[in-house]
Amino acid sequence: MPSLRRVTTIVVLLLAAALIAGQPAPARGQELSIGLSAAITSMDPHFHNLSPNNNVMEHLYETLVAKDGSYRLRPGLAESWRTVDDLTWEFRLRKGVRFHDGSDFTAADVVASLRRAPNVPKSPSSFGIYTRQIADVQVIDPFTIRVRTKTPYPLLPNDLSTIYVISAKHEKASTEDFNAGRAVNGTGPWRFVRWQLDDRIELARNDSYWGPKPAWERATLRIIAKDPTRVAALLAGDVRAIENVPTADIARLALNKELTLARGISNRFIYLHMDSARDRSPFIADASGKPMEKNPLKDVRVRRAMSMAVNRQALADKVMEGAAVPTGQLLPPGLFGYVPGIRPPAYDPDGARRLLAEAGYPDGFTITLHAPNDRYVNDEQVAQAVAGMLSKVGIRTRVEAMPSAVFFSRANNLEFSFLLAGWAAATGEASSSLRSLLSTFDRDKGLGVSNRGRYSNAKVDQLTEKGLATLNDAAREKLFQAATEAAIADVGLIPLYHQVGVWGMRRGLGYTARTDEATWAHEFSLEK
Amino acid sequence: MLAFILRRLMQSTGVLFVMSLLVFFGVYAIGNPVDILVNPNADQQDIARAIAELGLDQPLHLQYWHFLTSALSGDLGRSFSTGIPALELIFQRMPATLELAAASMAIAIVFGIPLGLYAGLRPESRIAKGIMAGSILGFSLPTFWVGLMLIMVFSVWLGWLPPTGRGDTVELFGVAVSFLTLDGWSHLLLPATNLALFNLALLIRLTRAGTREVMVQDYIRFARAKGLRDSRIIGVHVLKNILIPIVTIVGLEFGSVIAFAVVTESIFAWPGMGKLLIDSINQLDRPVIVAYVLLIVLMFVLINLVEDVLYSMLDPRIRLADAGAAR
Repeated sequence: MPSLRRVTTIVVLLLAAALIAGQPAPARGQELSIGLSAAITSMDPHFHNLSPNNNVMEHLYETLVAKDGSYRLRPGLAESWRTVDDLTWEFRLRKGVRFHDGSDFTAADVVASLRRAPNVPKSPSSFGIYTRQIADVQVIDPFTIRVRTKTPYPLLPNDLSTIYVISAKHEKASTEDFNAGRAVNGTGPWRFVRWQLDDRIELARNDSYWGPKPAWERATLRIIAKDPTRVAALLAGDVRAIENVPTADIARLALNKELTLARGISNRFIYLHMDSARDRSPFIADASGKPMEKNPLKDVRVRRAMSMAVNRQALADKVMEGAAVPTGQLLPPGLFGYVPGIRPPAYDPDGARRLLAEAGYPDGFTITLHAPNDRYVNDEQVAQAVAGMLSKVGIRTRVEAMPSAVFFSRANNLEFSFLLAGWAAATGEASSSLRSLLSTFDRDKGLGVSNRGRYSNAKVDQLTEKGLATLNDAAREKLFQAATEAAIADVGLIPLYHQVGVWGMRRGLGYTARTDEATWAHEFSLEK
Repeated sequence: MLAFILRRLMQSTGVLFVMSLLVFFGVYAIGNPVDILVNPNADQQDIARAIAELGLDQPLHLQYWHFLTSALSGDLGRSFSTGIPALELIFQRMPATLELAAASMAIAIVFGIPLGLYAGLRPESRIAKGIMAGSILGFSLPTFWVGLMLIMVFSVWLGWLPPTGRGDTVELFGVAVSFLTLDGWSHLLLPATNLALFNLALLIRLTRAGTREVMVQDYIRFARAKGLRDSRIIGVHVLKNILIPIVTIVGLEFGSVIAFAVVTESIFAWPGMGKLLIDSINQLDRPVIVAYVLLIVLMFVLINLVEDVLYSMLDPRIRLADAGAAR
């Protein structure tokens, strides 16, 4: 069949031509590729308030107030700020900053961004929580704005550190415009090149950036969600750095001479929450298996016994393979509201048994610990280990782990008696955890949203609310510390440990671990 | 034939309706997507706002009614987590998955049929026994393990092929494809091989069984007696007669490779539809899950239809008819 042969020849030639034409030649030395563990859902900086999204937005956009690696506020697009009176804040904006399209940054852009951020249609989680306290924004001159709050609100700079500033001309742009790249126009250290959903984000250095410029001409953020694949991509040189090195691989990668690891304590802590409100709790039974008339978790001695029965050091060393630091409070050292006096509770099974007997439960009781199995590092294994430790002192604990899609709905519906979860203080200070986890649930005040044990302590409430209205930093920190102490003494929840973030990279690269677990291409250094 | 095709399509709308109902209510029963999507720092007011934005504040039957009415006009809703229309999300990923599936089926066919033929023609030879033993491995080794091993050997140790991603793509008729670039091929080879293993083993065994059955038939002996060359006997008389079961399996497996490439796609970080489905399930992104399932059902319906038509072409004795058809 001569005709078939001719067709084959043509196809082969075409293929060969295409292969030669499509040959890429990226300059390896000037490109940084990083394997990220979670996909982002949008290129619209105000669409979805989600950590992976915000992590990517930090490359392209800036905020008025910036945060350093340990959550200290520092000047961003605002050079300085001060309170004029209890309700008014004045921000002086940085001069000479340009957007990626070359236009100048002025107060009008800030006003537009603050207007757009809370009002993006179809947003599954809006930035409205960070602009709600704002009563109005006044432009004094192109580089000075005044923000008035509804009540005295000390956290305004923290809140503004989450609102990305877009160019005023894109205030009316739709999420589609951002996703297509048409409206992506920030002031950040990187320019937008390309976004492929669930696959990669390509960036080019912004050479007119006002701050320190990235060490790399180009950066590619690759989404590689599977842990073993991300590690393999690093080992094979497919990417030059990865975030979230799985705990099982830390030891092996640390021995590899081609690689360097960066580690740092994260502000995410893992804790146990107990149903301390209801008289009868669904998953608690006495030693013989009969449902109990009285909920033992309402007794602080029982809660304290449970905290004492947990060997936090063993959790950190064995289950987390060193990627955890035991804690007895809500924040890691150095963050605003950390209490130097609170040590992680000592492991004391005998003391726990005595306390249980004293509280009237010499034979213990049975309980189910519910945990997610795909949300936190080794979450199910940690729950199993905790259950083993509690069972040793007589609280026979069964673990039921489930996907987070199921877990959080049920937990928020108060279907559990005892649960394991994690919390990262997004504002980088104590009020975030106090407000959501330990304040009495109150729909109108917006308090206790994630208080899934419905813990309630008037003293904690009062101190927290007072702190939230105190502008003086030192006084506010004292109030938050006192609230933390009161809640911890009453065992409102059982803190277990802080996670340790681990980044892996080729030798010759450097990264300073961030408390917020963020992975920013512009902070990777290059040794020559 | 036209009546047959029309009747098939009518039946499948019924299937689509039932599937949409099942998935819609099934996903609702798992949990509330807002609990996953909303930032943990949001307060009650903000959560209520998100629920209203996504239309989840309405009673479920009303939500389904809205879905159904807009589905009839071709709009299957927008993804909760990205706000992008569900169909657009799926069609964006479809080329990657189709390409992967096609490459893997090509590998399975190109290697599976010759190997199976050989094993069928010389069943007692040592090579044939080796092929059959290998095919058992192809069946029994778990895909994710083989995938990781492929990455370890070919990417990490030997450094020949990149472990993840899709590589450079070229626009072909407006669709991004990677099989036209060398870089694209180097990215495609490992995941396609991983996905092909199961079908490769299946085709080897099918071809071998068919060949052994056909080789002892009278017409093969007559062909021999007539003095035909071996190559013609095998190439025409044997192959043509064992092809029907093979076409069936290739068709069905092509469907399932597209629908269930999930494991391979997530291991090789291949940006295809399977990964989209898994992510959507994890986030209870109902519009995407429903749209995906409906598309897959439609695809299987079409594949079956094409197969029936193909049968009637391969074997004129087969008439197109189905259970409901008048005889």
